[in-house]
Amino acid sequence: MDPESYLYIIGTVFFLSGAIVSLSPVPRTKTFIYLLSFLGALCFLTFSLHLLFSPPQDLFSIPVSSFFEFAFRGDPLSGFFILVISLLASAVSIYSIGYAKDLKHQGLMGFLFNLFILSMFAVVLSGNVFTFLVSWETMSMVSYFLVTFDRDETSAKAGLIYAVMTHMGTAFIIVLFLILYKETGSMNFAEMKTHSAQIPDLLKHVIFVFSMIGFGTKAGIVPLHTWLPRAHPTAPSNISALMSGVMIKTGIYGFIRVVLDITGTGPEWWGIAVITIGAVSSVLGILYALMEHDIKRLLAYSSVENIGIILLGIGASMTFRSHGLFALSAIALTASLCHTLNHALFKGLLFLGSGSVMHAVHTRNMEEMGGLIKSMPYTGLFFLIGSVSICALPPFNGFVSEWMTYQSLLLGFESPSIVSKIVSPLGGAALALTGALAAACFVKAFGISFLGMPRSRHAGEARESSPFMTTAMGILAILCLLFGIFPGLVIRLASPVSFPLTGSTGLVSGLGFLRIDGSSTAISPAAILITMAVMLSATLVFFLALRRKRKTVYADSWDCGIPALTPRMQYTATAFSKPIRLIFKNIYLPRRDLKVSYLVKPFFVRSIRYSGEITPFFERYIYEPATGFIQRVAGKVRLLQSGSLHLYLGYILITLILLLLFGT
Amino acid sequence: MAYFQFLIILLLSPLLNGFIKKLKAMMQGRVGPVLLQPYYDLIRLFSKEMVLSRVTSWIFKAAPFIVFASTLVASMMVPVITTDSSFGMMGDVIAFIYILAAGRFFMALAGLDAGTAFGGEGSSREMTVAILVEPMMMLCLFTAAISAGSTNIARIAETQRLLYSPSHILALSAFIVAIIAETGRIPVDNPDTHLELTMIHEGMILEYSGPHLALMEWAHYMKQMLLFTLTMDIFFPLGIATDTGLFSLAFSLVIFILKMLLMGFLMAWVESSRAKIRFFQLPSLLEGAFVLAFLSLLTYIMMGK
Repeated sequence: MDPESYLYIIGTVFFLSGAIVSLSPVPRTKTFIYLLSFLGALCFLTFSLHLLFSPPQDLFSIPVSSFFEFAFRGDPLSGFFILVISLLASAVSIYSIGYAKDLKHQGLMGFLFNLFILSMFAVVLSGNVFTFLVSWETMSMVSYFLVTFDRDETSAKAGLIYAVMTHMGTAFIIVLFLILYKETGSMNFAEMKTHSAQIPDLLKHVIFVFSMIGFGTKAGIVPLHTWLPRAHPTAPSNISALMSGVMIKTGIYGFIRVVLDITGTGPEWWGIAVITIGAVSSVLGILYALMEHDIKRLLAYSSVENIGIILLGIGASMTFRSHGLFALSAIALTASLCHTLNHALFKGLLFLGSGSVMHAVHTRNMEEMGGLIKSMPYTGLFFLIGSVSICALPPFNGFVSEWMTYQSLLLGFESPSIVSKIVSPLGGAALALTGALAAACFVKAFGISFLGMPRSRHAGEARESSPFMTTAMGILAILCLLFGIFPGLVIRLASPVSFPLTGSTGLVSGLGFLRIDGSSTAISPAAILITMAVMLSATLVFFLALRRKRKTVYADSWDCGIPALTPRMQYTATAFSKPIRLIFKNIYLPRRDLKVSYLVKPFFVRSIRYSGEITPFFERYIYEPATGFIQRVAGKVRLLQSGSLHLYLGYILITLILLLLFGT
Repeated sequence: MAYFQFLIILLLSPLLNGFIKKLKAMMQGRVGPVLLQPYYDLIRLFSKEMVLSRVTSWIFKAAPFIVFASTLVASMMVPVITTDSSFGMMGDVIAFIYILAAGRFFMALAGLDAGTAFGGEGSSREMTVAILVEPMMMLCLFTAAISAGSTNIARIAETQRLLYSPSHILALSAFIVAIIAETGRIPVDNPDTHLELTMIHEGMILEYSGPHLALMEWAHYMKQMLLFTLTMDIFFPLGIATDTGLFSLAFSLVIFILKMLLMGFLMAWVESSRAKIRFFQLPSLLEGAFVLAFLSLLTYIMMGK
């Protein structure tokens, strides 16, 4: 056993001791909780690099019974996801040192925080079905307690929806693992993979569909996303960052593990289905994000979008693989893995930023923010970097992974089938639409909350957050830039995963550039950054040289001659997104309510009350009828349970008779 | 020398705008400003004092530089008179679109920074138009990229010799609509008005004055010429030099200027013969163009040309 392999043990010890320290009643120990989780995350970070660049290895196993055992196993795929989780977890740990001070139940938070991160590591390191399901459930339960951390009505409701949805997903996962067990005769992932050729085609389809539903629920694909915009915002912000940044990625991990790794190559329609789901999720996710003025709900919906983008890459990869185009399949898979990493970084950053803002303004409503960039310069700058990254603007990291996704969808033209020739460029068009919508969404998110005049008293009195919080955001912001300029870095981390799964790389990458193998298609974000810097300084020199002596006058904004502009006259978030609401009204189904009371009708108005909302389509037309149906059925079933002891004795008697009749 | 072809765009783009203005005036029976008026405007603006709003933050001051510099970077990626330039390896057509999007992103933020309704209105509308235009533009570029086998702009320009294929005619017509929208021209936006009900681009930059405004305006001229150049590179590259010989460059420059005059004429003609349409009628225009772009892709896939 390599000495590196002990790193995970040390890391686990750090997390467990962090959890135990949190429960200690001595208040002075509280500062150590997150220090321990930070160290633990660093251990796992180093360990992940070891896993990425070494062959698959069994870590350790504890037999529970003759049938079940806890078995952990690491390979490059789990290594990559550990990398993603530990990178974000280390930054969030630093953030939490400053953030958790003002929480009500600090000890509980520290305990759950450490367990949550550890359970995510356990999920991606699980080597067999039993371990996976136990870790998966632990992760779900711990995150349930974190969602309901505030213990108020909204968080209780969000928690309930989350718990129901996630268990529905788990049910599908259990069934698909049972099918796999029945067909391959093993509970072990590695053995399942070697025997996967025995699975009949029909059952493979079932496995594919079930993992799409089961893991898709965790990942938050449309239409299984409804828990996500409720649960993520109600959790404390450091947890929201982890949930949106990395927890939903465990769904992606599970999908890759079961469909791409264990089941192997499927027919073409799998890939096409994944591309379609990805396109729908990304477009609808960002469309709903645009309509939110709750900053954390906006970010949560944007996670749905990004999961869609990741699935576009995975879908393209599966399509190529079904046609035997392994180099292209590798490009697409690398694209989706890079986006997984990048999304963790910038979405984590944005959620931490929103936490910092909420800390200062005490609201999640963007309409009550404004002008924060002056009182919170660091949070403002880092939130801007996060926004620029998520909009895929060069030279930040979102651009590189979206560029690769575009390329893999464009290369869909090289596949022999007409369906993928048409579907993949359409997926590209959906990605372009998503990109433009995301730009609008984050112009709104940043512009309304950080620019202009303060829209409320709290926003006017906002103060910058603690140095721990800004440092953590700064680290993530720098990583966003670094991974943007040096795509070769990320490709090197992702290629050990895509290579064994596809048998090829398909990309040529240096430190600062990226090229599709055998083609002239290339980008060099580093060159873009350098040219941008040169051009910026040239412009600045030119500008300063021209206006040497001219002075700058400060005055009020143009107000059309009225006495003074007030913050209420600014463009609001609702107004900003109004054109989009009208253009996409067939999707939003907006409703507006206008109540006008008159002194003298119709000339003198006493008051106007306006309220508008968009119809939450999936909740109203899918989930509400479904819950209604289940409740009605449950009401019928309730007749069996009358509470009368005699009736129950009767049931026993009838069962006994039936058993005697048929049992012989 | 091929590295400095972006200077053509930097220096001649105001002239192109002056040409369009003059042509438009002539078509409408006016005398119009002199051809060099945009240069005079820029010089005048650069020598004026700046009035900044007290509400604004550093974003407002940084935006003109970011917009200007990003447009410059984008113009380095486009082959103007020769395809033989290694700046093409810096980024492909997707990077080009996203660099322009970065400029738009900061311009829209600047619109919100002064805390006025005009700025916010301009930003909101600009981003909305972008939502409608960008997918269509991308589809057109996809058609070109797929038929060229690369998204590298220079490679596309070198391989596209045919204008007559049905897919290209469809993609070109959609692309023309896209650049009309992107450059803020009638029927999408009116570049000559400050009427608050209709302005998009002018709304966003309403608070700018002096040298800042000059940078914004110049960047806008450049973006216009840049998009014309891109159109020509992708759909009508005939005559563009593929080497850096002095003669072929000179020949290519003449061809390029003729192409720009043609595009300018087209823009002036469209602007003079059409009325600006209402903002909420834009989707039908742009969705129509989207259908054209999609048809062009389908045509290419089905017919192979």
